[in-house]
Amino acid sequence: MANKYLSVELVDKSFERGGSTTEVLRQVSFVVDRGEFVSIIGHSGCGKSTLLNIVAGLTPATTGVVLLDNRVVDAPGPDRAVVFQNHSLLPWLTVYQNVRLAVDKVMAGKGKAERHEWTMRNLELVQMTQAAGRRPAEISGGMKQRVGIARALAMQPKVLLLDEPFGALDALTRAHLQDQVMQIHAELGNTVLMITHDLDEAVLLSDRIIMMTNGPAAHIGEILEVPLPRPRRRLALVSDPTYLRCRAAVLKFLYERHRLVEAA
Amino acid sequence: MVALSPLTPDASPDRAEVVVLPTQPAPPRKRPSRLVAFRRFATGRLAPPLITLAILIVLWEVLASGPNAGLPPPSRVVSDTWELITDPFYVGRGIDQGMFWQILASLERVAIGFAIAVVVGIGLGALIGQSRWAMRGLDPIFQVLRTVPPLAWLPLSLAALRDGNSSAVFVIFITAVWPIIINTAVGIRNIPEDYRNVARVLRLSPLEYFGKIMIPAAAPYIFTGLRIAVGLSWLAIVAAEMLIGGVGIGFFIWDAWNSSRISDIILALVYVGLIGFLLDRLVALAARLVTRGTAST
Repeated sequence: MANKYLSVELVDKSFERGGSTTEVLRQVSFVVDRGEFVSIIGHSGCGKSTLLNIVAGLTPATTGVVLLDNRVVDAPGPDRAVVFQNHSLLPWLTVYQNVRLAVDKVMAGKGKAERHEWTMRNLELVQMTQAAGRRPAEISGGMKQRVGIARALAMQPKVLLLDEPFGALDALTRAHLQDQVMQIHAELGNTVLMITHDLDEAVLLSDRIIMMTNGPAAHIGEILEVPLPRPRRRLALVSDPTYLRCRAAVLKFLYERHRLVEAA
Repeated sequence: MVALSPLTPDASPDRAEVVVLPTQPAPPRKRPSRLVAFRRFATGRLAPPLITLAILIVLWEVLASGPNAGLPPPSRVVSDTWELITDPFYVGRGIDQGMFWQILASLERVAIGFAIAVVVGIGLGALIGQSRWAMRGLDPIFQVLRTVPPLAWLPLSLAALRDGNSSAVFVIFITAVWPIIINTAVGIRNIPEDYRNVARVLRLSPLEYFGKIMIPAAAPYIFTGLRIAVGLSWLAIVAAEMLIGGVGIGFFIWDAWNSSRISDIILALVYVGLIGFLLDRLVALAARLVTRGTAST
């Protein structure tokens, strides 16, 4: 029962536009266990985000099926909360209200005080309580992404979907947020599926890394186990042989065997 | 905090001196006192329009003072209409009312017609912004209908409603509704896909989506529509009232024309202009309050 919490089975996706069909994903299958942190890595344009959207239920798969906790995914829902690449906070709501919107929806049956408390708990988790009254336009990119994470966590999802969550951030902020995500993952034991194109991020955070081949018709090239014990420390890992081996493996996959062929 | 000592040209270069820099932070820059701020506002912002206005009035006075002038000079206008200016709350019989009541009657019609236009306009705009089929079906019809001049609707509404007042309200409604529909639809079509995805992940009901995402996200566009609409309504009411009669600033102007009270007309035009300006500012202010933060995504 612990196995195959989330399973993606033989998913194909093709888009049709003006009579021509583009095959984006071909025969993608993988499983994610409960509490596992899995990353999907690949060059841009390989259909990673499409795959995440299929798991989220935002995009239907052409064929194949996604199962979460033994139930078929056919529509988006709060059990698969997404942290979007560009935070997608609602700019007319404050930080607090953005999280509260999710809380109100997920805990509709609960009392007001309880919902308030849960909102604050999740803001605390990402250390954003001091900025609760501010609007997204008034806070930094890293802070916005933290609020996005708080909003997703507040839904108590079965699986947390991260769509290149730190892609738009500077290196220092990114490192800080990665540490925070690791800490939250250790604390709450969430099941996480993350899209990334940063191989250090993938190795640092994941239990397993799914490597995608280049599109069109991208498929899973290889799945790499990252047998590093947790908690992981960024500095200690710099010279860790296992870390370096994993990093080299991903590097080889991405730049030797599936180099992005530049369009001529 | 580093303070630079001013360069003094007469200091001889052979005599070096240790200058102790002040270490305490410089006092916070004092905000200009209220009086200074007001003076700056008065000279920068208030003076230019006032001077321009004074020049125009003098020019008008000069041009209209000749023996063959068709229009009264401003001094005559003021003396002719002094009673109207000083007693705006006068209550007489029939349409013989003070300026305040005339304007109030017009504003009332605009308020009702505009309010209906807001509800209908946002509703229809949401529909055609949301559904491609509704857009394809309704948009061509709207595009044709919106070019019909407001007054052209008046005979039709008189025939249908058989009541002058309701017809005027209908004319306001039909004038104001198009910009609201079109702007709302554009605003809703421009809602970023991300917000839709957030709504889908949260499983917001259509009603929640409408209230919590659609309206706030489209608010800047909607308010642009409202601002255009309120201006058009005020333009249309004067014309409509000229035809339907009764108390109201439009018929006041028409009545003044029929009794050759040109000064009254000029006074009425000043009021119409000022009220139109105020209405526009009112909607702009409401927009600023409601869409705080929305515009800067």
